[in-house]
Amino acid sequence: MNAKLETAATAAPTAPIKRRERRNPLDYSSMRWMQIVLAGNFMFLYFPILALVAFSFNDSKRNITWQGFTLKYYEKAWNNIALHDAFMNTMTIATISTLVSTTFGTMLGLAIYRYKFPGKALYDGWIHLPIVIPEICMGVSMLAFFAAMNIPLGIFTITVSHIAFSIPFVAVVVRARMSGFDPSFEEASTDLGANQWQTFWNVTFPYMMPGVVAGALLAFTLSLDDFVITFFTSGPGSTTFPIKIYSMVRFSVTPEVNAASTALIVITLTLTITAMTIQSRSARRQGK
Amino acid sequence: MEDWRKSKAAFAIFMAPATFWLLLFFTVPLAIIWVYSFGERGPQGQTELAVSLENYARAVEWIPLKILWKSLWIATISTVICLLLGFPLAMGVAFAPKRWKNPLLLIVILPFWTNLLIRTYAWIAILRISGFLNFGLEWAHGLLDAGFGVIGMPGLMGEFQPLELLYNNSAVIVGLVYVNLPFLVLPLYATLEKLDKSYLEASLDLGAGQWRTFFSVTVPLTMPGIASGVLLAFILSLGTFLTPDLLGGTDSMMIGNLIAQEFGPSRDWPFGSALSFVLMYVTFFVLWLRATVASRSSGVGEAG
Repeated sequence: MNAKLETAATAAPTAPIKRRERRNPLDYSSMRWMQIVLAGNFMFLYFPILALVAFSFNDSKRNITWQGFTLKYYEKAWNNIALHDAFMNTMTIATISTLVSTTFGTMLGLAIYRYKFPGKALYDGWIHLPIVIPEICMGVSMLAFFAAMNIPLGIFTITVSHIAFSIPFVAVVVRARMSGFDPSFEEASTDLGANQWQTFWNVTFPYMMPGVVAGALLAFTLSLDDFVITFFTSGPGSTTFPIKIYSMVRFSVTPEVNAASTALIVITLTLTITAMTIQSRSARRQGK
Repeated sequence: MEDWRKSKAAFAIFMAPATFWLLLFFTVPLAIIWVYSFGERGPQGQTELAVSLENYARAVEWIPLKILWKSLWIATISTVICLLLGFPLAMGVAFAPKRWKNPLLLIVILPFWTNLLIRTYAWIAILRISGFLNFGLEWAHGLLDAGFGVIGMPGLMGEFQPLELLYNNSAVIVGLVYVNLPFLVLPLYATLEKLDKSYLEASLDLGAGQWRTFFSVTVPLTMPGIASGVLLAFILSLGTFLTPDLLGGTDSMMIGNLIAQEFGPSRDWPFGSALSFVLMYVTFFVLWLRATVASRSSGVGEAG
């Protein structure tokens, strides 16, 4: 990190050292104290995660001094039946939740982009509520709801809740994507004789697609990562990966937990970076 | 934008599924706990409907009030620390040479994409008795001890006592700062990035020092970003459940943990519901404050 910062700083001013006093006083990033502050901040941000990842490969139960490289804790985590089941549950829930919330959220995002209707500001505020209210409030309300409806807690209740909090996120992403759309393309399409469906599938939908994919990946990671709401809507036998890690964490700090956590970090990061790449690539193409 | 009346069928088809889902699985559940919050706890812990404000009155009794107060206090301290760390961080990124901005920004938000639970768990490994921090301290202690031995004062440092860093309020604050820092840095960065640097140059040219320029020019001009980030970090800290649950001790219970307890072991759902609504009202108040600050300062920006 530090080395990167050094290069960041030295790459910028090309002026010779002699003219140091004429250095731009706003060039904070080349000032020593700013570099120290940034390096400190980055260390604070990264040390915990890097330590966790590094020690998942450590050949020692004590988990504090480095004893050598091993993959045995990954093997152990992989062969842990409970962890394995939890992982499968998580994948099932995330897949169903993503499919449903992406479909509904995309339709919603498109409708909000396209139509003017009375009470729109209020409606808009309402669909943003699941994003802003504290997770714990949503979690306990779902628990109370399923209890009142006599629905036993399990994979079904978790999935339903995940869909509910993912829809607004997908809608926001899709709508943001559509805000850059030029309606004259649609007009051109209808002028050239295409009907509404043809126009939608051949003109609007392809434009919207990167937003839909980004929204879907977001929904998937939200479901994969959720702890608080799942905690209140899961029952016996419907443990998800984060819930399982939580119960292991409460028990003790072991390299096995580190290995399971590292696996989850890798999955989430891969998905998020894919989503970001798709979004920025489509934005760039749009720019041209 | 089209008027919905022009194509009622399409409008209905697109809006209906999500609206239905959010009504049934978001709004109805909230309505249920809203109704419960006026109810009573039966002798077996079941919820009996009633119309009383007793649960809200209980929320301001001594022990819940102390927990609410503590939550506000912990959220405030962690937000202030976030700001002290986040401002230089946001400035460092915003004033970096152009081609370094995006990579630096990515470095800031990358940890934020890892699971909240894992990020919190990582701190247990650092702060516990046999954790990395105590390990580092022991090492430094040993080094100092050896140093004193060399200059002829062996044993001056005494025996190393590992510090109790985990399961207390400070651990909760550290955890909250860690988890919420990006939420404060991002809005702050966005405003600093848009800030017209010529104002700062003018201030420096006219003889103000760096500090004076910072406090009289940079801070006032980036107030909307500061307010937005600070209030966001604040509501996230206030509504937290996981951080105090994993890193806190017996006396670091925050409002989120109290709600979880009422819905869990204590089985007093009406009281838990009332507490949830108290937390939501506080959150809405802070969000309203954030919107007000944003709209007012955007007016100022246009005038300037």
